[in-house]
Amino acid sequence: MSSKKSPKHSFEDSLKRLEAIVESLEQGSVPLDEAVELYEEGILLAKECGEKLKTTELKIKKLTKDINGQFQLTDSDAE
Amino acid sequence: MPSEKQILTVSEITRQIKFSLEQSFPRIWIQGEISNFKRHTSGHIYFTLKDEGAQISATLWRSRVANLLFDPQDGMKVIARGAIAVYPPRGTYQIDVEQLQPLGVGELQLAFERLKKKLSDEGLFDEEHKKPIPEYPEHIGIITSETGAALQDIRSVLSRRFPSLEVILAPVRVQGAGAAEEIAAAMSDMNTYGDVDVIIVGRGGGSLEDLWAFNEEIVARAIYDSKIPVISAVGHEIDFSIADFVADLRAPTPSAAAEMVVRDRSELIDIIANICYTMQGNVDDRISSLRDRIQNLIASYSFNRPKDLLRESVQRIDELERSLSRIFSHVFQLTNQRYATIQHSLESLSPKKVLKRGYTIVRKDGRVIASAKVLHEGDRATVQFHDGDVKTKVEE
Repeated sequence: MSSKKSPKHSFEDSLKRLEAIVESLEQGSVPLDEAVELYEEGILLAKECGEKLKTTELKIKKLTKDINGQFQLTDSDAE
Repeated sequence: MPSEKQILTVSEITRQIKFSLEQSFPRIWIQGEISNFKRHTSGHIYFTLKDEGAQISATLWRSRVANLLFDPQDGMKVIARGAIAVYPPRGTYQIDVEQLQPLGVGELQLAFERLKKKLSDEGLFDEEHKKPIPEYPEHIGIITSETGAALQDIRSVLSRRFPSLEVILAPVRVQGAGAAEEIAAAMSDMNTYGDVDVIIVGRGGGSLEDLWAFNEEIVARAIYDSKIPVISAVGHEIDFSIADFVADLRAPTPSAAAEMVVRDRSELIDIIANICYTMQGNVDDRISSLRDRIQNLIASYSFNRPKDLLRESVQRIDELERSLSRIFSHVFQLTNQRYATIQHSLESLSPKKVLKRGYTIVRKDGRVIASAKVLHEGDRATVQFHDGDVKTKVEE
């Protein structure tokens, strides 16, 4: 199986982490300096997610195999 | 006796019959019941079509077997399309079948039910094999026709709801000969490629025959074998395909599949905004509650106790200092008084004062003479008065 290409966190990972951060903050048992760190991490993640949501153009790639059986991704002609 | 000219060899007459028959029936439809069904190891299929009064041999070449929408069996009523062919070595004629269909939708339905039961018995539809669909997929594989309505529908829904996606399309034919094989191969390719979170496989609505590829065993097994979760999206809402049963999730239409696979962008923006708001509020609350606590501490009795003690001590020191200085000045005064008294007494005891009253001190050789017996005639002595000394000589 090939590896994931996503360079940063996946949207799902980011969102799950955000939810976990909120949960820890809500519990109120983490010390303040840790809470502030969590908060900073959370804001960065939220920003990252927000950036992803800003994209408005859907990318469609076509999966084809070349003569050697290697996969190739080409832009789809379908408009 | 016929003339010599008219005598034909077997081969010649067979050739003529072949020509005549094959030219007369190049494309015919025959309705009948299958019997003597045989699948040869070569892949070709041989059978007989019959009705109450007659029968005709039929062949289905391997290359066309793939086009079959169903699994032909003895006793099944079918319509065969093809051409009459004569086989000279045996002097027989047969129908060379190009396409075989069960007679009426009822037969297709039966084929459908048969496969459904078979796969169901094997456990291919069992819930325990269903893989969860990822909640936030970012790479979506689509197996459908590149030119079909399904792709357009999916595309427009995804563009509207959640465009920050990568869609990987594996273009396939979705109906007709070879469609099922292409779909199955694409399913395997998607898995080998690997970088998709979920696969949508499907096509727009159509007749049962149009949708048949999604009722084929090879497609069902490819979906079952997929390590990546599969959403089936075949036809209109009412049509159920075998693919629907074996897929991890069944969407009634391609558009619905797209709706199901991603959450709405604005909904997600709300969720994230909410998370930020909650985090911000939480941290703000904590800071302000801590600030309150600190202020309460500063104002608290215990916190201020040391200060109070200090103040008290300072005050006490002041008091002590005051009383000390009071005492000191008192002592000083007393001392002064006593000193004056002592000085007075000392003064009154001083011999000079006695001398003033008329006494004198006699000294001989610097020593005070306190007795007359010490002095003898001729001794020289000094007599001290209060205002000076006189030298004298003892006469007697």
